[in-house]
Amino acid sequence: MSLLREIRFTLNGVERRLSVPITMTALAMLRDVLNMTGTKYGCGEGECGACTILVDGQTVNSCIMFAVDCDGREVKTIEGVAADEQWRPLREALVEHGGVQCGFCTPGMVVQASHVLSKNPHADHHAIKRGLEGNLCRCTGYKKIIDAVAAVAGEQEVVP
Amino acid sequence: MSAIERYELPDTVEQAAEILRGGDVTVLAGGTDLMPQMQAGRVAFGKVLMNVRRCAGLAGIAVEAGRIRIGALTTITDLLEHDLIRRHLPVLSDAADKFASGQIRNMGTVGGNICNASPAGDTLVPLLVLDAEVELVSKPDGHLAIRQLPLRDFFSGPGRTARRPDELLTAVLVPMPPPGFRAGFAKLGIRPALDISIVSVAVGGVVADGTIAGARVAFGAVGPRPLRGTGTEAALEGQPLAQALIEAAACTARDEVTPIDDLRATAWYRREMIHSLTKKVLTDVAAA
Ligand SMILES: Cc1cc2nc3c(=O)[nH]c(=O)nc-3n(C[C@H](O)[C@H](O)[C@H](O)COP(=O)(O)OP(=O)(O)OC[C@H]3O[C@@H](n4cnc5c(N)ncnc54)[C@H](O)[C@@H]3O)c2cc1C
Ligand code: FES
Ligand code: FES
Repeated sequence: MSLLREIRFTLNGVERRLSVPITMTALAMLRDVLNMTGTKYGCGEGECGACTILVDGQTVNSCIMFAVDCDGREVKTIEGVAADEQWRPLREALVEHGGVQCGFCTPGMVVQASHVLSKNPHADHHAIKRGLEGNLCRCTGYKKIIDAVAAVAGEQEVVP
Repeated sequence: MSAIERYELPDTVEQAAEILRGGDVTVLAGGTDLMPQMQAGRVAFGKVLMNVRRCAGLAGIAVEAGRIRIGALTTITDLLEHDLIRRHLPVLSDAADKFASGQIRNMGTVGGNICNASPAGDTLVPLLVLDAEVELVSKPDGHLAIRQLPLRDFFSGPGRTARRPDELLTAVLVPMPPPGFRAGFAKLGIRPALDISIVSVAVGGVVADGTIAGARVAFGAVGPRPLRGTGTEAALEGQPLAQALIEAAACTARDEVTPIDDLRATAWYRREMIHSLTKKVLTDVAAA
């Protein structure tokens, strides 16, 4: 049996407190312990971005993060981003532009895109492409996803 | 499966050094090397896992006595975005820009990149050209002992360094480059993002009236550790940075490296690519 450690953190704004094995990944904690299955397991090696979450406002690959390292921090998953009205236009743009096909990459894509737009609300095509380079999609060919994010960035530009 | 008996979360460097003194400690920073290595069964963890995230004094970038002090916990994203780095050490922010993906850059630290000691580590090659030193802290006999070591003497092989098991890497110290200093970095991967360097090259030096002085060259992924290209440096030193010199230096670079065949590339290909990248970086440095 692996050594357990009690940790406390906020998950999508709610205080959580639980015991996790020291070597467990943050992704396994979210999916298998907390039943938050929005965050996906793609490669398990930091290569595909399906497991992207926000920790203290920075996106990370939860599949290579130690769950114990969530202790004392602010964790936000796709469930939190999806519930945030601020990102409704992003979700709608992805649907409108056909940026979702099988949908497996979508949670990670949305979390990363929200982060890219938070850092750079007027991101152009190039910046969006660079920002999403850690997220693989096997279906769409990326263009539709990038167009969707660009449409949101373009819209935000109109608002002073 | 896990043999870890204790998890530690020190608040200070002193506490961390005390824990390290106890022996058999694995240091955890961003975990982007440790977690995949653990899952692949490629790393044997010590009895103690010590997460240094809360350790005061390991974060931040500041100018200190004519050098830029980059704390061990500085993330690759910090290197990319921090004003001091962009202004004084642009070759380092450029290397950060070519590093993995946004998510990995947010997690991975400079201290982790250095201590992991991959011959392909992307911050290591520019740091070698910048004549960086590492700061190592231990507590051998109840007192904190701090030593500084040139980065070029730090690496001894893949994943092996001069860091003693009781030492914590606290910072990397980079001398403020002299006026007229220019540097460049190039990395070859199969795609721009998320690729380990097949080879990489950094070059630096003071360019005045078209002549290069204090030339520094470093190569990644062509040997068991990232290394300085002393032959290429000698070929460049004090010479006018013209087309003929650039071609000659690129040939010297190709001939002085001794890469191996592995799953990413053959030795022959690596040598040819060292030639191309050295030429490219020197051309950029000459034109800057
Ligand atoms: C998908 C993916 C892509 C990657 N792409 C790149 C890339 O493009 N370029 C590149 O160079 N690397 C790349 N890496 C490797 C890795 O991200 C970097 O080496 C990173 O900088 C490691 O930092 P970390 O904080 O995550 O290290 P950790 O995994 O926490 O630690 C790495 C090693 O250093 C030791 N250590 C860490 N900090 C200290 C300290 N302060 N004192 C003593 N020992 C310490 C640890 O014990 C461990 O042995 C990639 C990794 C992944 C998973
Ligand atoms: S599952 Fe984490 S990056 Fe692929
Ligand atoms: S929609 Fe299927 S992987 Fe992206």
